[in-house]
Amino acid sequence: MDLPVWQALYDELSPKGFTVITVAMDSGGADDVRSWITDAKPAHPSLIDRHHVVAERYDWVNVPSIAWIDEDGRIVRPNDPGFAGEYFRNMMEPDFDYQAMMLEYRRMRDGYLDAVRDWVANGAQSRWALTETQLRERLAAPNADHARASAWFRLGTALHERGRRDDAQAAFAQAKALRPESWNFARQAWHLEETGKSGGSEFWAAVKALGDRPYYPRHEL
Amino acid sequence: MTTVIFEDEAVALDADVAGDSLWVRSPELARTLGWELKPEGLCRGPLCMPIAATERADLLRADGGIDLVALARRRGQAVVHDDARSTWVFGPPGTQRSETVRSLVAPDFALPDLDGRLHRLSDARGRKVLLASWASW
Repeated sequence: MDLPVWQALYDELSPKGFTVITVAMDSGGADDVRSWITDAKPAHPSLIDRHHVVAERYDWVNVPSIAWIDEDGRIVRPNDPGFAGEYFRNMMEPDFDYQAMMLEYRRMRDGYLDAVRDWVANGAQSRWALTETQLRERLAAPNADHARASAWFRLGTALHERGRRDDAQAAFAQAKALRPESWNFARQAWHLEETGKSGGSEFWAAVKALGDRPYYPRHEL
Repeated sequence: MTTVIFEDEAVALDADVAGDSLWVRSPELARTLGWELKPEGLCRGPLCMPIAATERADLLRADGGIDLVALARRRGQAVVHDDARSTWVFGPPGTQRSETVRSLVAPDFALPDLDGRLHRLSDARGRKVLLASWASW
């Protein structure tokens, strides 16, 4: 899990004018995340986003997704998967090399955390700070289907909260149809339908169906 | 009562559902969502949306009703509802994303921590922020 990594980074870099904000995309609310947050003992703001508001505002389709924001509240990097990689994808195969996955995980994690350190030290001069042109390329333009997908998802969470579980799943299905690349929508809906389903056979079948395509969008770093 | 989630604010209001329209009487709309019908148009706080004479029939009804769906359409908001038309979601105005792309300002939000205390991104102004999502699922 990422929370202990983020808390360690906060401990290291908070004296240098840096903070971490972690946000749980969890429509089940505090009950679903309490044990994770309690175990990580975060000193940084560790927030709960029942309606995936942050994912909507930043146009994120999966967890983890990460943005860097400067001292003036301007976006420096809008949307990175951080050290989430493709290394887990064959995990269900019998010959899966767990040690190789962990090596790759550590390599990506250490590289990513070094990039954060570089930005905290060098600000806009960091090689990892995007230019305005790059930012505008990476920030999604308004898209009516995506906006409708988010509205359907929001409706699904509202219906689920009122105990209308079937109606909620019908709304989630609309969201998923309009935005099939959103793992946030798909996995959250599975989880609300049945605990464990978000990492079950449907999930692995969907990952396999990607074929050569990446798990979710990735830029350098 | 109809449940309306308008730009992430959830309210219960007395509305008249007619097809794809959601008619809400002017005082009820002012009480619940803060939209007021004034001579200069439909206003929320200091901001007013003018209503042209040709649009009046779409937006306003003789009995003082205002169609929230027509209002949302004017503002470029996505609108969806359940089959029973008892719960409606009105997304953010269409200008929100284009404003982010134009200004490159990180969109603000207010969310609770485990103790229910609200935090805003803007509380961290003056520091660099790494904003990271995760999930229990």
